[in-house]
Amino acid sequence: MIGISDASLSFGNLRLFARLTLNVASGRTMAILGPNGRGKTTLLRAILGFQKLDRGSRHAPGIVGYVPQHGASQIRLSGLAVVTMGRAARRGLFGQPDGADADTARAALVQVGACHLADQSYDRMSGGQRQMVLIARALATGSPALVLDEPTSALDLGNQARTLGLIAGLGQARERAILFTTHDPNHALAVADDVALMMSDGEVVQGPVAQMITPDLMSQLYGVPMHWVRMTDRETRRAMLPAFTGKDVA
Amino acid sequence: MSSRALVVPGIGAGALPLGAFPLMLIGLLIAMLHAVGAGRFDVPWPRIIEILWLRALDPTGHPETMDARIVELVRLPRVLLAALSGAALAVGGAALQGVFRNPLVSPQVLGISQGGAFGGALAILLGYHGVVLLGMSFTFGLLALVLVGLLARINGRTEVLTVILAGMIVGAFFAALVSVLQFLADPNSSLPAIVYWLMGSFSTATWPRLGLAVPGMVVGLLMLWALRYRLNLLALEETEARSLGVDPDRERWLVFVAATLMTGTSVAVAGVIGWIGLVIPHAARLIVGEDHRLLIPASALLGAAYLVLVDTLARTVTAAEIPLGVLTALIGAPVFAVLLRRHFTRVGQP
Repeated sequence: MIGISDASLSFGNLRLFARLTLNVASGRTMAILGPNGRGKTTLLRAILGFQKLDRGSRHAPGIVGYVPQHGASQIRLSGLAVVTMGRAARRGLFGQPDGADADTARAALVQVGACHLADQSYDRMSGGQRQMVLIARALATGSPALVLDEPTSALDLGNQARTLGLIAGLGQARERAILFTTHDPNHALAVADDVALMMSDGEVVQGPVAQMITPDLMSQLYGVPMHWVRMTDRETRRAMLPAFTGKDVA
Repeated sequence: MSSRALVVPGIGAGALPLGAFPLMLIGLLIAMLHAVGAGRFDVPWPRIIEILWLRALDPTGHPETMDARIVELVRLPRVLLAALSGAALAVGGAALQGVFRNPLVSPQVLGISQGGAFGGALAILLGYHGVVLLGMSFTFGLLALVLVGLLARINGRTEVLTVILAGMIVGAFFAALVSVLQFLADPNSSLPAIVYWLMGSFSTATWPRLGLAVPGMVVGLLMLWALRYRLNLLALEETEARSLGVDPDRERWLVFVAATLMTGTSVAVAGVIGWIGLVIPHAARLIVGEDHRLLIPASALLGAAYLVLVDTLARTVTAAEIPLGVLTALIGAPVFAVLLRRHFTRVGQP
């Protein structure tokens, strides 16, 4: 389990959240949803323990598998070396990863379907490839909690689908508490069990995904009218789209 | 050279390229042998080895012949001091560049050298040498670093850019203080002593002076060697490093103290020798890559060989000795310009 209890945080006059209790139980996946600048990343940092709270408490495992939004972009190490860093927390200040750590790292790369990236230099990888490596590194930590900061925001549609598929797969295994931020309600629909909405004025509304992703709440959250769109191919799916989409140019 | 010839299994990409290390080690040994032999009194290599062998057989004896005295009492301590200083400065630079994620950082850029120079110059002005000079050099180097740390800490966060700017400010301040000391110094005695010391030289190297330098430099080198994997993690973005169980704020200071220990010591025994901490890590990166587990030892070997060669050049090219700081800058600046261009053309590629 990972989360915060009765927590408040303000920057000057800007209240990010107040008396907020937000928990992700083991085996659940939660999406934090909100427009840009609402403090999604700051809330995530607070849950990770990198942002001091004004009040309240935080509970998390000692090491959390964390996937940053912009990871180690400069580093000129192999994919496997980057994943192996996930084992570093167990090695201490003067420690070195050993063969077992490399095996764990390799297994994590296999798990995300990216073993072909083991020998590639990280600084030459595409955004989507880096994302896979960073998720593998988070898995390699062996932590029961996985936190991803905007895992899809910098990716093209194909890589978004791959990343969401991966998160969905990890969620279905029901082994970890998974928490991620996004500004796309459809990404929450695709993989989340629960959703927390960062409304204006530091109000946070949370609940099961079916109760949170509604036209009313979404319109309120983004300040733009939102609608359900029904798609039918083999099965019927629904997407939540803003009013400006769907203009017919054909 | 084959980068796959020697491998450590299960680390990194399954293998660390170690093939370059025997070559670098041999290069260092050749540079040191050459340095011990070369000079106004030329000692051929077989004779050097004979002299060293005889001393090894009889460690308590005294050198009888002229060439044995030159080798044992003059050149050997000088070459060892140059090698140790070169290794220390290069490793300090490599570690600082990693921690700051910036290839332009060096002890000089952070004001450590200037702080150390002020401490040492103050000691000379007050008539102190030896341990006191060393201690003041280290203390003021550390003081400069602490000032940089305090100046750069804004809202509890330390940004890399502000650290470099703060380093320039603190460095300029201490450089001005050194000028004040020179202005105050006696033009007949302490002023020339300060000026020559600042320009950098190993000409005063003796076994006792080497003994003075060994603790600080060896402790610093061992600290950074022990931290070599941690340096890879400290080179990550701060949040990322913290999520992997690293405490960047605290662990960075370990690196700083080690680098200051080595820089302060080298300033104390040989004056300000710039550019090594900047140029050598870049050259090492070109050979072994960015993994600090390789970069730290490679920087040590290359830095040692480089400073031994430069020092030999300084005392053999002309009848008078050329100040070391002048030579390292004359060689280092163009080499660095070439490395920098290569670096940016490489980064420019997809």
